[in-house]
Amino acid sequence: MIEAMEQKIAHVVQESLPVIQIRHLYKSFGANQVLKNFSLDLIKGETMVVLGKSGSGKSVLIKCIIGLLKPDSGTISVFGKNIPDLDHDELDRVRAKVGFLFQSNALYDSMTVRENLEFPLRRHWIDLSKDEVFSLVSEALTNVGLADTLDMMPAELSGGMRKRIALARTLILKPEIILYDEPTTGLDPITGQEISSLMMELQKKYHTSSIIISHDMKCVKMVANRIAMLIDGTRYACDTYKALEASDDDRIKQFFK
Amino acid sequence: MKTNYLKDFLNDTGEVARFSVRFFKEAFKPRFETTEFLKQCFFIGYKSLPLVTTTAFIMGLVITMQSRPTLVEFGAEAWLPQMISLSLVREIAPVITALICAGKIGSGIGAELGSMKVTEQIDAMEVSGTNPFKFLVVTRILATTLLVPILAIIAGAVSLYGGYLGANIHGVVSWDLFWNQIFESLYYGDVVPSIIKTFFFGFTIGAIGCYMGFSSNKGTEGVGRSANSAVVISSLIVFIMDLIAVQIADVLKLT
Ligand SMILES: Nc1ncnc2c1ncn2[C@@H]1O[C@H](COP(=O)(O)OP(=O)(O)O)[C@@H](O)[C@H]1O
Ligand SMILES: [Mg+2]
Repeated sequence: MIEAMEQKIAHVVQESLPVIQIRHLYKSFGANQVLKNFSLDLIKGETMVVLGKSGSGKSVLIKCIIGLLKPDSGTISVFGKNIPDLDHDELDRVRAKVGFLFQSNALYDSMTVRENLEFPLRRHWIDLSKDEVFSLVSEALTNVGLADTLDMMPAELSGGMRKRIALARTLILKPEIILYDEPTTGLDPITGQEISSLMMELQKKYHTSSIIISHDMKCVKMVANRIAMLIDGTRYACDTYKALEASDDDRIKQFFK
Repeated sequence: MKTNYLKDFLNDTGEVARFSVRFFKEAFKPRFETTEFLKQCFFIGYKSLPLVTTTAFIMGLVITMQSRPTLVEFGAEAWLPQMISLSLVREIAPVITALICAGKIGSGIGAELGSMKVTEQIDAMEVSGTNPFKFLVVTRILATTLLVPILAIIAGAVSLYGGYLGANIHGVVSWDLFWNQIFESLYYGDVVPSIIKTFFFGFTIGAIGCYMGFSSNKGTEGVGRSANSAVVISSLIVFIMDLIAVQIADVLKLT
């Protein structure tokens, strides 16, 4: 079945243009050169996992994609627009179509679950009616199986529940691309598994393309169409799970133990 | 080592200045975050009003009681309302209010924004089509700049009332006489500069709190440090500004 899926993806890959195209990306903080000539393509409908050691610059990479960090040089084209060149309004229009799941969830502590979910809606789609907002919030919560947490505060939720709410908040704008920063890190294995399946399920439901940062090889195996290895600030390798697992390069092998 | 401290200090000073400039640039551009601004005003008032009024009342009472014996000795007891009104309205009320707000509001802002920074909530706002500087910083600085003067005026009134009670513990001053004397002795030159300086105090408290929060680094320790520095630095600046304000008033012959 995986073969069939891979073939299907290969077919799609040939047909369509990349939704994200990164070329020769450089980013440093002071003397710390984090990204060195990093290039990557994300094809529509694809799930790309970025694999790399802690501190290798994976978060920096996806923060550059969403425009939270400005690269030193290189281009990041999202839906054909070069992110570093965009002004605020243009950037906001791109961001409305790109979801970002933060590693620490980034739920607003001072707001209820409902207000957390309403926040991106009211900000990006200003002219929604009250009913529309409510039905979108309910839909998002039902999607992650937490319809009854509407009026709870984030502090009252467990780690897994918070991750689900964060996922719901990311999905509420029905983004075409989602960037996940270590979605299962810090969760127990069972909850991690649940989150991975949920991501897969919603991926299919809304046909999103995604970049997932992860160390969790179980999750990677489950969700990845392709894997990009980020080593020494550059894209060391990029291939399917099977191909990389079979590699005899030591630096790749150490991830698949 | 010494040069390092100096360098850090100059660096921070420059950053705070840049932060304040950015505030003025962004404060007057739409979109205006009115709801968040009103929410912040409410929180500030609600959080510090009890403490500000209690402290002001006690200060008024105590200073009056302690000034009285000296004046009695010189047979100048009748001057009591004049004397306390000058010190309470011109110095005690504004400075006490500012210090309480630095401790309660400034540290609160530093801790809140610091933890938002560390847990990526500020980044999350930015990707949700919101300018976090406008939403979080501009609203808070505006709220402190507006609310500290209001609180200081209330503190002034309450401390004078405390003074009235203080004056009546051992002597007798009628309500009408007390207030008449106070209003006779207070000139615009006393009241207006003391209100003006509280705007600066309020701005400082908001700006330093926000700056410390926004520049916190990772870890909960960073958040605690932001809150702490916000209090220490803004209190210090309040005193320095007060000193400068007195000099200016002196030069302009407002005394
Ligand atoms: N805002 C920042 N300022 C300075 N250095 C940073 C910043 N963000 C990340 N770094 C540095 O960049 C490197 C990569 O960080 P990161 O992308 O968070 O790693 P990870 O791959 O674990 O997500 C680290 O050395 C980190 O210290
Ligand atoms: Mg990271």
